[in-house]
Amino acid sequence: MKHTISVLVENRFGAFNRVATMFSGRGFNVHSISIGETEDQDISRMTLVTSGDDQIIEQVVKQLNRLIDTIKVVDLTGQPRVERELALITVFYQKGTRPELTNICDIFRGKIVDINNRTLTLEITGPPDKIDAVINVVTQYGIKEIARSGTVALKRGEQSKIQPKIFTTKEKDKVS
Amino acid sequence: MKESRQKITGADIFFECLRKEKVEYVFGYPGGAVLKLYEKLYDVDFLEHILTRHEQGAIHAAEGYAKATGRVGVVLVTSGPGATNTVTGIADAYMDSIPVVIFTGQVPTKLIGNDAFQEADIMGITRPITKHNFLVRDVKELAETIRKAFFIASTGRPGPVLVDLPKDVINSVCEFEYPEKVEIRGYKPTFIGHQNQIKKAAEMLKKAKRPLLYVGGGVIMSAGTRELALLAKENNLPVTMTLQGLGAFPGTDPLSLGMLGMHGTYWANQAVNSCDLLIALGARFDDRVTGKVESFSTKSYKVHVDVDPTAIDKNVIVDLPIVGDVKHVLAELVSEMDIHPDLQDWWKQINHWRQECPFEIDAHDGKLRTQFVIEKISEKTRGEAVIVSDVGQHQMWIAQHYQFVHPRSHLTSGGLGTMGFSVPASIGAAFGVKDRPIISISGDGGFQMNIQELITAVAYKLPIKFFVINNSFLGMVRQWQELFHAEKYSFTDLSKSNPNFRKVAEAFGLAAFSTDNPKEVEPLLDEAFAINDRPVFIEFKVVKEDMVFPMVPAGASIGDMMTKRLNPKTMV
Repeated sequence: MKHTISVLVENRFGAFNRVATMFSGRGFNVHSISIGETEDQDISRMTLVTSGDDQIIEQVVKQLNRLIDTIKVVDLTGQPRVERELALITVFYQKGTRPELTNICDIFRGKIVDINNRTLTLEITGPPDKIDAVINVVTQYGIKEIARSGTVALKRGEQSKIQPKIFTTKEKDKVS
Repeated sequence: MKESRQKITGADIFFECLRKEKVEYVFGYPGGAVLKLYEKLYDVDFLEHILTRHEQGAIHAAEGYAKATGRVGVVLVTSGPGATNTVTGIADAYMDSIPVVIFTGQVPTKLIGNDAFQEADIMGITRPITKHNFLVRDVKELAETIRKAFFIASTGRPGPVLVDLPKDVINSVCEFEYPEKVEIRGYKPTFIGHQNQIKKAAEMLKKAKRPLLYVGGGVIMSAGTRELALLAKENNLPVTMTLQGLGAFPGTDPLSLGMLGMHGTYWANQAVNSCDLLIALGARFDDRVTGKVESFSTKSYKVHVDVDPTAIDKNVIVDLPIVGDVKHVLAELVSEMDIHPDLQDWWKQINHWRQECPFEIDAHDGKLRTQFVIEKISEKTRGEAVIVSDVGQHQMWIAQHYQFVHPRSHLTSGGLGTMGFSVPASIGAAFGVKDRPIISISGDGGFQMNIQELITAVAYKLPIKFFVINNSFLGMVRQWQELFHAEKYSFTDLSKSNPNFRKVAEAFGLAAFSTDNPKEVEPLLDEAFAINDRPVFIEFKVVKEDMVFPMVPAGASIGDMMTKRLNPKTMV
């Protein structure tokens, strides 16, 4: 089963490499890794997508925690979360197929960000399965190249129960 | 107005830090990138630099010192080849959780990555084999980095930490301030075991009918041997130890079942597979211990105490994990045990196994055998020596036949299985331990892997006993070739290509002896132990074909031990 793991690491020379080395050295699967800065300039957030049975995932989390440069490790799988990936897909078009491609792009709420006389480039954002779906649909036109960012994810904020607002007569008057 | 401090060089800061860390010995070898450090070292009087003859010798010596004393071993080498020569030792220290700090020289920061002379990416090379490593890019970070390196190496599950020191950092100047405390937000080892988990373990132990303590090197590292003895003795518990655990509990005590695993005792392995409660203490369920994991101790409720959370559920799924310092957890466990289990039947069963398949030293043909030599050494030293073994058959025979009575007495390369460990490691041990004999025991193969370090022992007049068990074969490989590889003794026969060891040792300046006669063993040992102003060498020429038994073949269940040769061969 795939797991999305969020790791806060020290924003320091070699920290990314330590994580990557640990994964390859211990033979864990990596489907994607993405890394970027956070609100704190000393900390980077890595989002890892890995797979394995429960025992392996437990080891992945523990081994990540064991690295000195990791500050916090959270397995987001099974938790409410927002997960996004960005893909740039360059597709060949012919005279008749350009409208079809722009139409597909619209359906997936993507953007066309580049075009020349043979190809156009789609920018698609969404959960990884949406990206897969776009790639699947445009394959028939001929894909020139793809760049995917890998998944980034955050836990959803705690939803406090919002009380329905009861309007007083005075307020009602105001509204009307 | 605040008085501004005097600025000193990186090299001065380096030694001030070592002074603060109370470092007694640095094992090292000079070279271009560390010249400035060696320039300062010339006048340093608060620590002693030990010059080995190879950087691998330096790191193994530091390991030996650390294992024998529990203090951090320190290594100083130059960049490039100096650094890469320590790699095997670093991997060894990582596998066996030995606290060492390795300082490597590095080319100046602006040349890093340029394929400069004697440059190697030692950070990249050692990342997977160190607990952590640091590249110091600015002299202002030097003191704090060194403080962190010692802290990380010696706390939690200990391990090697490497600090890479570019030449320009060592030469630059800044104010010196040594941080009293270090805070590393990503590193907070758990020390105190979970109270409820410990209570639960105690409840299980009170009810157990067939409990067993499975003791690893963690008990020795946490200095928990006294607490272990209390727990075992007050509750009459059988104790089996791993290779690294030997010495944690006296081998001479009737409660000791000796070592478990591939070459463990028959009775220890039977007990593992029949017990109803297995308490693993500072051990990691290594494949040499468990054999086939699926059939390992299937009837038992398993408690696992370890300071390293990754050790838990890694190889064997346990029922009750307790993450914490083993000494601390043991002490809590002892105080929880108000009712002691009745284990009469269990001991009857264990003693039955003991008689069923005792160690056999076969053939009374008058030929010299390793087991006999080890037993004599054990008797002569009353189990109180520090034994530094190498890797192979003799290592297993030492584990089986030397009756260790003290912790930190059995130094051996267990996890990595590094041939060539014994000679340099015994040198490090000799600096750390002065009141007990230090005995290095190697095979004829491993002895030649770091033979150059004999001169280090001579130069420092260390009274180490260097014993070589010479069967003119790479014995353990030979054993596997005979058992599992169609008796193709491929490149393991050294009988025509070994040097004359006695003459080699003599040339290095050791008092050197050689024998193949069992009757000469005791008098020679007496003679060796009487010489204390320099190292002594004895070669024991033993029969070629002996094999280490009992044995669990790789991948088999530890319940299925080969107890002797199936087709006894005629001895040559």
